[in-house]
Amino acid sequence: MDYSNLRRQIISMKKSLFDQGYLDEQFNQLEELQDDSSPNFVEEVVALFFKDSSRLLTNIERALEKYPQDFYRLDSLAHQFKGSGSSIGALRMKNECSMFKAHCSDRNLEGCRRSLQKMKREHATLKQKLETYFQLLRQVGPRERAVNSWK
Amino acid sequence: MAVATETPFHVLAVDDSLPDRKLIERLLKTSSFQVTTVDSGSKALEFLGIHGEDSSPPVSVHADQLEVAVNLIITDYCMPGMTGYDLLKKIKVESTSLRDIPVVIMSSENIPSRINRCLEEGADEFFLKPVRLSDMSKLKPHILKSRCKEHYHQERNQQSDSNSNERSNPTNNSNSRKRKAEENEEVLPQKNRSRHS
Repeated sequence: MDYSNLRRQIISMKKSLFDQGYLDEQFNQLEELQDDSSPNFVEEVVALFFKDSSRLLTNIERALEKYPQDFYRLDSLAHQFKGSGSSIGALRMKNECSMFKAHCSDRNLEGCRRSLQKMKREHATLKQKLETYFQLLRQVGPRERAVNSWK
Repeated sequence: MAVATETPFHVLAVDDSLPDRKLIERLLKTSSFQVTTVDSGSKALEFLGIHGEDSSPPVSVHADQLEVAVNLIITDYCMPGMTGYDLLKKIKVESTSLRDIPVVIMSSENIPSRINRCLEEGADEFFLKPVRLSDMSKLKPHILKSRCKEHYHQERNQQSDSNSNERSNPTNNSNSRKRKAEENEEVLPQKNRSRHS
């Protein structure tokens, strides 16, 4: 089977994810940890991140409604979100999280609300883009993936 | 890479974040460590054989007597309930023999006062998150050093039972090992190092 077209798509997609600032170097670090003994590592850790971060986003939203003056709680939730985001190299999300935390510092409720909406959008966009990326990778199969460097 | 001929070193990793646990586990396994992950300080203490988070008297569980020996503990700093710093203190201050197990703290925040506080309390290393593969090479030296110290303590205990003349015999191998460990101990005071990653 001719993988060259598929390979080009994958490389191009990854490049654009980096160029547009969705991902940073940490994502490369994850890919380097993937090998025959753990052939789906990146997809698995990313899936765990999205599951965890969806929960955090819901909690932040609830906290904004129920405890709008509790900036400590909001900051603490955002901190968790930022931490796991940076672990998978989610650059834009990490940056938006920093904005949210800055609003918490300023006790700016409206700023937090706006920032949360941006975080949700970034979250959804990254999720969709990475799903597409992993779908492409799956099409080439584990042997091809392990053998080739996608950098 | 050389094939390991002995049991791999065992690391206990503590982090409340699931993706981070998966990452640290992968980093450690890739670096040939055996890994156990737990999601809280209290679970870590359970695993280590210390029961109760309150001010119960220190349990003298010797590191070798653990069902599965733990050679190093790596923990996140920011965790709900018991923080990594609290866990560090439980291990280094409140327990007797577990204090020889090297402890590494991980944090996503680069706060010098935090780092210093951890090092002063006995942390052997501080990693800034996200932790990378290159950080893993810093772990083994701490394990080897603590083992060296452990052998020194063991031999010292044995020596105190035997003839004191043996101690001054320079050709005795175990004595020279002991003396070397002693020298190493004196040359490298741990707590004053402000090294961090």
